[in-house]
Amino acid sequence: MSKNTVSDRFRKVDVDEYDENKFVDEEDGGENQLGPDEAEVDSLIRQYPLKHSAVLKNPPINTKNQNVKDRAEGLVLKVLTAFKSSDIEKAVQSLDKNKVDLLMKYIYKGFERPSENSSAVLLQWHEKALSAGGVGSIVRVLTARKTV
Amino acid sequence: MSLYSFGLEPLSCHAWNKDRTQIAVSPNSSTVIIYQKKGKEWSKIHELKEHSGRITGIDWAPESNRIVTCASDRNAYVWTLKDGVWKPTLVLVRINRAATCVKWSPQENKFALGSGAKLISVCYFEKENDWWLSKHIKKGICSTVLSLDWHPNNILLAAGSADLHCRVFSAYIKEIEDKPGPTSWGAKMPFGEVLLEQKDVGGWVHSVAFSPSGDSLAWVSHNSAISVADAAQGKEVTQLTTEYLPLLSVLYVNETEIVAAGHDCCPYQFSYMGPGKLDFVKKLGISKQTSKNSMSAMQHFRNLDKKATTDEEDNELNTLHQNSITQLCVVEGQKAKVEKFSSVGLDGALVLWDVKV
Repeated sequence: MSKNTVSDRFRKVDVDEYDENKFVDEEDGGENQLGPDEAEVDSLIRQYPLKHSAVLKNPPINTKNQNVKDRAEGLVLKVLTAFKSSDIEKAVQSLDKNKVDLLMKYIYKGFERPSENSSAVLLQWHEKALSAGGVGSIVRVLTARKTV
Repeated sequence: MSLYSFGLEPLSCHAWNKDRTQIAVSPNSSTVIIYQKKGKEWSKIHELKEHSGRITGIDWAPESNRIVTCASDRNAYVWTLKDGVWKPTLVLVRINRAATCVKWSPQENKFALGSGAKLISVCYFEKENDWWLSKHIKKGICSTVLSLDWHPNNILLAAGSADLHCRVFSAYIKEIEDKPGPTSWGAKMPFGEVLLEQKDVGGWVHSVAFSPSGDSLAWVSHNSAISVADAAQGKEVTQLTTEYLPLLSVLYVNETEIVAAGHDCCPYQFSYMGPGKLDFVKKLGISKQTSKNSMSAMQHFRNLDKKATTDEEDNELNTLHQNSITQLCVVEGQKAKVEKFSSVGLDGALVLWDVKV
């Protein structure tokens, strides 16, 4: 048979990178987004009743820096697990529409990397957030091109 | 409210004739079937078979009585009724991808066709050569055009696309019409000019609709949101995110009230009173009464035996439609004061709704 197909390196070429008509997302400046302030959040966790609005401030949505996103996610997870089950519902009620959507994004992000007890806690938050935001908030998690 | 089932096949699209005695539907195939109203029933009178691909759009021009159909076979046909038979005329749309939607302009001298080729084809009839010609609008469009709507001035065209943008273009064709006067959207309107480009609305824009005066434009996108752009207020956009599943079709029933329907299988009414004031009003459609009250002991044990559960759960939805609603259409009343509108869905049913504002 023919010998010119010995090398199969062509299989590793990503043809989409060379497509001229490739859809590019609009680039919004994400340099200033640092995620929630760690010190502020830590101090608030020690106080009771817990205030979580600080951790939902300044979400690193536009930044391409994966570290910032990971750090933010860790912080949010810490706050969410620090809540008592009975307080969750009240906390969700106090959020406005956009914050509920943002909370949903973090919840699903947390589901992606489950740790010891995170899934159970996240599921409790998910139930309350769902009753506040409806299936629409989940749809917005799925359609969002700029994830948290 | 009345429901009529056209069978089990989903209805991709529908269009009414002028006096609403005939309806053209496509049962998710490459044919269009025209039904005539006979009392409470609809009987099939014509079948339009020319397309080789699935029909994606039908529009029936009320005054000139012409039907335009478009399909995934990259073609569009204009059908005229001659001696009781519908005869097709091929339109040279010159697209190399499927057509997705088609709409006659208000004066019916041209129509717009959206396609997967990232362009809109505006087609008009050229008398000298007795054929339909097309002009392409491509500026800025990066993906499939999913929905179109004409402004009442017959010039401006709104397009919702899969590149997450909603745009208003000028479709002014100097060969067939006079120069338009300025509108609240802009004064200079050469062909293809972009008068509004709303970037990244959050999801695919499934449907767009101009208000009866043309001063505001509503659209629904896949992130379960409905938005309105107000030309009279500096093109300011107001978006309302809903807690429902995404909406697929939107319709104005008067200058301020908007009806939209989609994957939740029932229409919702919204009200737009000005920038920042887009609110949910109500969910339309009766909920079927669940007969959970009278369950005798006999039925209880019978259920337990048959289904191993005592839940008397209906498998049916409590809305009229049993599957997503794909398209809404005005049936009775002027655009400024709609009295009845119709909806077709993936369940093969057509429902006529009364508007109670």
